[in-house]
Amino acid sequence: MSLSASLPLLILLSSLVPGLVIFLLHEESRRLRTVLNLLGATVKMILVGVMIWGVFHEQVYETRWTLAPGLDLVLHADALSVLFVSLSTLLWLVTTVYAIGYLEGSPHRSRFFGFFSLCVTATVGLALAGNLFTFVVFYEFLTLATYPLVAHKGTPEAIRGARVYLAYTLAGGMALLIGAVWLRTLAGPLEFVQGGILGGMEHLDPWALRWIFLLLIVGLGVKAALVPLHGWLPQAMVAPAPVSALLHAVAVVKAGAFGIVRVVYDVYGVEFAASLGVLALLGAAAAVTIIYGSVKALSQDHLKKRLAYSTVSQVSYIALGTAVLGPLATIGGMVHLVHQGVMKITLFFAAGNYAEALGVHRVSEMDGVGRRMPGTTLAFTVGALGMIGIPPVAGFVSKWYLGLGAVESGAAIWVLPVLVGSSLLNAAYFLPILYRAWFKQPPAAWPGGHEQAVGRWEIKGALLWPPLVTAGLAIAAGLFAAAPYSPLEWARLIAEREYSS
Amino acid sequence: MNNLLIWPVALPLIGSLLALVWPRRADWAGIGASVAALAVAGLVAADVMRHDSLELAIGGWTPGLGIALRADGLSAALLLMSSLVALATAIYATNYFTDAHKRADFWPLWLLLITALHALLLSGDLFNIYVTLELLGLAAVALAALGRTRAALQAAVRYLTVGLLGSLAFLTGVGLVYAAYGTLDMSTLAGQVRAEPAAWVALALMTSGLLIKSALFPMHFWLPSAHANAPAPVSAALSALVVKAAFYLVLRLWLDVFDVALGPAAAGMLGVLGAFAVIWGSWKAFRAERLKLLAAYSTVAQIGYLFVFLPVLLASAPGAARDLVFGALVLFALTHGFAKSAFFLGAGVVLQRAGHDRIAELGGTARALPVTTFGLALAGIALIGLPPSGTFLAKWQLMASAIEVGQWLWIPVIAAGSLLAGAYVFRVLGHAFGPGEGVGPALAWARQELPALLLAVVATAVLGLGAVHVWSFVVPGLAIGGIQP
Repeated sequence: MSLSASLPLLILLSSLVPGLVIFLLHEESRRLRTVLNLLGATVKMILVGVMIWGVFHEQVYETRWTLAPGLDLVLHADALSVLFVSLSTLLWLVTTVYAIGYLEGSPHRSRFFGFFSLCVTATVGLALAGNLFTFVVFYEFLTLATYPLVAHKGTPEAIRGARVYLAYTLAGGMALLIGAVWLRTLAGPLEFVQGGILGGMEHLDPWALRWIFLLLIVGLGVKAALVPLHGWLPQAMVAPAPVSALLHAVAVVKAGAFGIVRVVYDVYGVEFAASLGVLALLGAAAAVTIIYGSVKALSQDHLKKRLAYSTVSQVSYIALGTAVLGPLATIGGMVHLVHQGVMKITLFFAAGNYAEALGVHRVSEMDGVGRRMPGTTLAFTVGALGMIGIPPVAGFVSKWYLGLGAVESGAAIWVLPVLVGSSLLNAAYFLPILYRAWFKQPPAAWPGGHEQAVGRWEIKGALLWPPLVTAGLAIAAGLFAAAPYSPLEWARLIAEREYSS
Repeated sequence: MNNLLIWPVALPLIGSLLALVWPRRADWAGIGASVAALAVAGLVAADVMRHDSLELAIGGWTPGLGIALRADGLSAALLLMSSLVALATAIYATNYFTDAHKRADFWPLWLLLITALHALLLSGDLFNIYVTLELLGLAAVALAALGRTRAALQAAVRYLTVGLLGSLAFLTGVGLVYAAYGTLDMSTLAGQVRAEPAAWVALALMTSGLLIKSALFPMHFWLPSAHANAPAPVSAALSALVVKAAFYLVLRLWLDVFDVALGPAAAGMLGVLGAFAVIWGSWKAFRAERLKLLAAYSTVAQIGYLFVFLPVLLASAPGAARDLVFGALVLFALTHGFAKSAFFLGAGVVLQRAGHDRIAELGGTARALPVTTFGLALAGIALIGLPPSGTFLAKWQLMASAIEVGQWLWIPVIAAGSLLAGAYVFRVLGHAFGPGEGVGPALAWARQELPALLLAVVATAVLGLGAVHVWSFVVPGLAIGGIQP
């Protein structure tokens, strides 16, 4: 097999194989497990680096495997998949380091890291899926790989959260499956093609296509947490901190959002979708979700729950950028795929650190944490400011392009109020946290009771560095947005390719 | 002329006799016969791949007078599946029966069951099929009664009565066929059957007998108690293989012999019963309190899917469209065979380890028996029909074909059945992951835990990733090639 045919498969295997081996490892072989984890993540980074370079120079990478007559499993690299693959690969490496530190000494680590690797494998498979069938396969695979992670703690609460998660995602998966099967019978193999494939098929019944679009979006909207399909997300926050971080930044919600992007751009074609009138529906759902999530976040005292509702709101920016016709909005939506991931993972790392070091789970307990944990709180601050959209953090860039896109396409009348309103709400639920953390007096004793002695730093290095690194990335993505290979430039490349074809 | 076809029947029979006369070495007879039967099943499959179909007239008597054995893609695929499942189950059984008497009773009956099953799959005439069906039923009843509990005996008596009723109906149908056409050889019959009352009545009688034996809703009432109360290796074979044998005969009769005598309404009726079975069986499985009862009701549901395939199959245009559905149907049957046997064996391990199989009290199983829990989860994935299992691809094809022939009714049935299956599988896993006693070794008993895991891996990964070979095996003419952009 040549490199161009095997590279996508190798990228998949670089997390699948370590994952399967880790299942077999003895619980105590900590060093070997760590080596395997980091080795897999590093190899994946290198392979993805090769792929980025190749896709930029218009190389074709494709692995094809016939599963059933007329149904091919296709792994294919285009500009959009590379955007998502590099995000998941980078954040997997960081999260692995964090998880190794976080779970040190806790039971069932082999099981945890095994499923953790499978979860990343599924995400990368989604990113590289070259047709809708392959996407469905990995979409379901992701559901299965994530369930044990949500249930990991084994407490009744964790089991309940996992059950709710499963009920939503399996039902959503079924809607997606029916939509995909139906569309497959009408339009043949649904290879993802830049510019879409359905626009050229004039014999298709537009009403059938609208119904199929609805099925697909409902299926994808469950994972993307579009209101009213978002109910599982706040419950799933019972998972261990590294899982929440990955779930909210890369794996699950992003898989849904990425799927919406794929369906709109590379199956329907954004212009054809607009002519069917289905984009308006998607836009409305996204706008409602953005506002609803922010409003709900306001009233949450539990920190992870507040962050979860913030995710509900922020991920829909991607859907919003997709629903607004025009290259600038496309850029805004695509780049937010990366930006939201980097910022949200920072926030969840920080939340995990507060819980781990101080036993702080609630916003009302966060008085003065900035003095006790300045590094973590600095990272949290960067993430929060980015979510609000304050320059130079990356979130500003997303919102800027979404706003420009709305003006360009004439949708400003409803998009701008949504953007402004949500930014104000973001400020309203994040700024009080920052105020408490930095300016209030710390309590005499932290809720966790005993403070762990951690040496020189506020917390052990494996937990401190990941949020600092991702916070640095969030700033860098904003400051150097115009540099080559930055997320913004890459999103621009995607938009060029989507609209030129 | 090909003598190979006699061996998948003869080897288990020889093993059965050996186990009978030499009970202390029965384990060896059982395993040896199973391995040998698997090997010849592989040879038969290889031959079928080369020649499309095989035939053996025993003793050189021509069909019509003598007995003919036949194998084509369908029977060879099922033969291979059943001998593989039988071997894995036999390995499991060597460690299952602690009571020497039960062990001595088990092996001869077990090998007789396999003999009857293989003979049924390879038989080419209706009378022979009746004999093997009867033999299969009796061996199954005797095995189901091995548990020797009151519940097991009651269930076995009911199983016996119902089974005899089914055989009787089948035999009456066979008699009618002979009266009307003067032959019982299926390939000769296929050319003579016309759309006339004699054919309809005969087919109706034979089919109703087989529906009872395959436990299609609402004739499923006997199955859950019989399958749930039998010893674990027996449950695995009953659920994975025996009910499927009856379905196999329905398929043979409807597709190969009586196809000219059929209208679409008849298949539609079976499909509707299948749909009820899917919903009712899945719902009862979801409500079941015991793991083995859950698995038994799940069989009721999965058999229902097989019958849902029928109307779609017969409505698809002969040729590529029908071949696609047919391949999917076989893939579904094979995957269910592996998945269900894996599930029952896993349930058996849990039952022996914990002393009970009450689902609500399974907390800690994931910790105590990680390998078995993983096997149950993999088998569960195939039962739900999630990727990468074979059932996922089969369901995809079923839905696609149903849409193409305009039978939209089945789509919500499949969707609801799959979601209910998700609910019952993950109800078990949810409890298994829950808090509870004990941290056991990673692999408690290799001989007991590994067969279930391997069967589950076949159902989920091998049949899923290699599904295309199932299509090319059972419908050799079908163009498979991927669509190049």
